[in-house]
Amino acid sequence: MPKPNPRLQLMTISSLILIILSVYMVLIYAPREIIMGDVQRVFYYHVSSGWIAALAFLVTLITSIMFLATQNKSYDHVAMSSAEIGVIFTTMNIVSGSIWARPVWNTWWTWDPRLTTATIMWLLYIAYLFLHAGLEGHDRRRHITAVYGIVAFISVPLTFMAIRIWRTIHPVIIGSADPDAEGQFDMTARMTTTLLFTASTFTVLYFTILWHRVRIQSLFEYMSKLQYQMYNDLKER
Amino acid sequence: MRKKTLVSALLIFSVMVTLVFTFALDLDKSTKDNVAVGVLWVTFVFSSTLGLNQTFANEKNQSSLEGMLLSPIDYTAIFVGKFISTYIFVIIVEIIVIPMFYILYGIPLFSPLFVLIVLLGSFGYTLVGTLLASIATRTRAREIMLPILLLPVAMPIIIASVQCSNAILSGAHWGQFSNAFNLVIVYDIIFLGVAIMTFDYLIQE
Repeated sequence: MPKPNPRLQLMTISSLILIILSVYMVLIYAPREIIMGDVQRVFYYHVSSGWIAALAFLVTLITSIMFLATQNKSYDHVAMSSAEIGVIFTTMNIVSGSIWARPVWNTWWTWDPRLTTATIMWLLYIAYLFLHAGLEGHDRRRHITAVYGIVAFISVPLTFMAIRIWRTIHPVIIGSADPDAEGQFDMTARMTTTLLFTASTFTVLYFTILWHRVRIQSLFEYMSKLQYQMYNDLKER
Repeated sequence: MRKKTLVSALLIFSVMVTLVFTFALDLDKSTKDNVAVGVLWVTFVFSSTLGLNQTFANEKNQSSLEGMLLSPIDYTAIFVGKFISTYIFVIIVEIIVIPMFYILYGIPLFSPLFVLIVLLGSFGYTLVGTLLASIATRTRAREIMLPILLLPVAMPIIIASVQCSNAILSGAHWGQFSNAFNLVIVYDIIFLGVAIMTFDYLIQE
């Protein structure tokens, strides 16, 4: 029987503390943006959740390739868990973006290239999770979802680059600025510190959730094995 | 024999889709400029998806895929064969649908560039479709699964093809649609590579 892991408990507690600190950083430490006002504070969580979504899908890509190369099933657990977390963080990213866009762009949603590519990415990984749930047979499911995990990744660099290659109204805060963008601002030193802090907080949170999720998956497999053994024992009796 | 019924069913289906759109969007000659090309591509996408659903259906129903896998040929050859046959179906449907659009809406659809973009766009769509159809046939709800898997993957090439077609038919010069055109070509190349590299893993039991 697998025991609770003390290192995992430590990570869980530290991500809780970091989140409380990041709330303080975002709401009090970071200065109030002069034109957009307090709604700009959504930016820190918006960018951080976008970053975690990209990281999670990158992990899915790498572990999918590793699975096809080595046939080690723990890579499949990581790939699936990471995609699940990525979908949640993409949803957070889209929702927080909408909340910001309502006062700044005067609309909840617009078919801008960045928003379109992000939606496609979101749908692709939802389809990935559907596929994972809809396939029968462990070996077959692992192979097939690994291939889809590789195919789906094409949307991630496309989403990241969308605001840099097309003309769009989505602001580019990090890197060069597009004159068409609406809601552009320059970051002060305190804003940069806050953004880096929330991004690192979310990274710790991501690895904590990933670890928990993979652990649940392996416990689940362990349980199925026990059930199977029990079934066989009962049949022999 | 089954393939013949498939072609005629696809043709009738695409005519019906066109009719539904004509009445749903109230398409007449004045509004056609904005939406007719989009409707044309949606017709292609719907009827190709319907055709793609049948790609591996015969093998599934008669369990003849195992026989194909046992024969001493490269798995990639099976994929290429499936892809070529589906692509020919899609082209047959397009050969019928394009003149129909010409007659109904009077859009000059016969420029060589437009034909090229239709061929390239449906090449990429059918390619990804064949790859994902081999996945979808193994799921519990296979007819529903294919569009869910395929449409988000194919979205970039559909958007780029529609943009290109619109630009070509409105007589824009090369610089105005070169980006979208390149995207179609890059998409075709990337997925040709991905399909050939990954099909072996998909088809194995």
